[in-house]
Amino acid sequence: MLEIRNLRHDYAGRTVLSVPSWSVPKGEASLVIGPSGSGKSTLIAIIAGLLLPSAGEVRVGESEITRLTGVQRDAYRARNIGLAPQTLHLIGVLSVRDNLRLARSLAALPADDAAIDAGLTSLGIAALASHKARDLSVGEAQRVAIARAVVNRPALILADEPTSALDDANCEKALALLRGQARACGATLVIATHDKRIRDHFPRCLEL
Amino acid sequence: MVRLAWAYLASRPLLTLLHVAMLAIGVGTMILLMLFTAQTEERLARDASPVDLVVGAKGSPLQLILSSVLHVDVPTGNIPYAEARKIGAGPMVAAAVPVSLGDSFRGFRIVGTTAQFLTLYSARVEKGRVFDHPMEALLGSEAARRTGLGTGAKFAGSHGLAEAGPAHAAHPYEVVGVLAPTGTVVDRLVLTPLESVWEVHEEHKPGEKEGAHRDDADQEITSLLVKYRTPLAAAILPRQINSNTAMQAASPAYESAKLMNLIGVGVDALRILAVVLMVTAAVSVFVALMSALQERRYDLALLRTLGARPGTLFALLAAEGVTLVVAGVILGLVLGHAAAEALGHWIARSNPWSITGFAWVGAEAGVVLVVLLAGVATSLLPAVQAYRRDPAILLKR
Repeated sequence: MLEIRNLRHDYAGRTVLSVPSWSVPKGEASLVIGPSGSGKSTLIAIIAGLLLPSAGEVRVGESEITRLTGVQRDAYRARNIGLAPQTLHLIGVLSVRDNLRLARSLAALPADDAAIDAGLTSLGIAALASHKARDLSVGEAQRVAIARAVVNRPALILADEPTSALDDANCEKALALLRGQARACGATLVIATHDKRIRDHFPRCLEL
Repeated sequence: MVRLAWAYLASRPLLTLLHVAMLAIGVGTMILLMLFTAQTEERLARDASPVDLVVGAKGSPLQLILSSVLHVDVPTGNIPYAEARKIGAGPMVAAAVPVSLGDSFRGFRIVGTTAQFLTLYSARVEKGRVFDHPMEALLGSEAARRTGLGTGAKFAGSHGLAEAGPAHAAHPYEVVGVLAPTGTVVDRLVLTPLESVWEVHEEHKPGEKEGAHRDDADQEITSLLVKYRTPLAAAILPRQINSNTAMQAASPAYESAKLMNLIGVGVDALRILAVVLMVTAAVSVFVALMSALQERRYDLALLRTLGARPGTLFALLAAEGVTLVVAGVILGLVLGHAAAEALGHWIARSNPWSITGFAWVGAEAGVVLVVLLAGVATSLLPAVQAYRRDPAILLKR
């Protein structure tokens, strides 16, 4: 599903990321672990097609994303990638449902409110559907961010530091939610983190 | 994406309202000035065009035109009717209509004249007939509507051109007809034979019997409205009158243009104010968009991570700016026309002319277009900056 070869990214004259070879089979979950500044977020940005690497190949499914044009990468990201950034950023002026509708709209998919509501229900936040995103608690926002990451049934879910700011109990919950949602939509899951508490949950791991 | 632009605008209702209101006041002021100048110019031209030259007593030529053609000022004085008739009989004159002013009825001027006045202004009688005898009156359509008088009604004129003058109760007029609307000053006049005005104001010398009339040749009139027979008359007749007689000749077209120039100074000052308001509003929209760009840098980055193309972010910012501008322009158009209508009602209370808000002038489309283009231009820089945002900043926080 995800295959990386001879990947290198340089910034300000120095190499900030180097991955000679790494792959994750379809439907599997994998961890990218390393200290702050080791290049985890850069790797997520490259896999998501937000950043072009200095060298190397990144293949997601049939797409060699380093060879796609900007417009093609945007379309690829909208349809194939579910991204859950560390900051859980939501569009505050929109309702929870509209945040999810927006993700579908940008992927050129129909609104499909039934699917959206089903996703919210599976995460236990159906009652928040019409609440403005700016009014949510951190825990609620995290669930909505996960719902948004899976709303388009992406082939690959990328989560950046999803547990770093959580206590042990909530860390387990967040992890279970992510893995459960990824499994439910048959997606491959890649989590980038420096949180060593979750190291043992993932037999497959890339250390940076 | 339009929904998102609306949501952003709705999330700051006071600020959004302020930007729209500023723009609307600027556009509205500009529209009001356009309606005012266009309709005033058109009205002046319509009232002045049937008359090529006005002959009256020496004094201000503008005052002569204002009093005898536009009926908004007091006359410069009187002229001998016999002298006026000599000019009217000249070979370069196609029509010469005497006008005698002095009284009014409920603010509508009573104009002593001849039936030729109707021909001059292409007016036709809608009800009743044209006056035949002294003290018969023919009402303009507006004068009839506002006073409620119809054929057969009697009324007494008030001395002077203001509403509150003493009444000539001993000399009542009888309404014999009502004119069809002409869209000119005639609609607000009360027409009567010259003899009526003379009769009402006749002062009998000692020894003269009450009711005995002086000969027409001894009478005076306020002015003579002249229509040229040949364009050459415009070059010769005014100079002849001004040089060789104790009277003055004034051209309504020239004096109207002069009047518009005088009004134009004030209008131009207001126009500059309106432009300043619109520029200020455009700058405020620009500042709002730039600050929104900074506030929403993570929203914009998020949209990119969700697959939004740079062009989509450009469209989002541009949509916000354009929405503000379009709302300001629409509200400005409504405000401008409503203000013109209100101003028209206020003017009509004391003047024989007015303006309406239920009219359009071609230049309005120009203002709308320029403001819309300025609005789009204002949105461009923030939109381009949104387009250039680093999409990966969310992952770098």
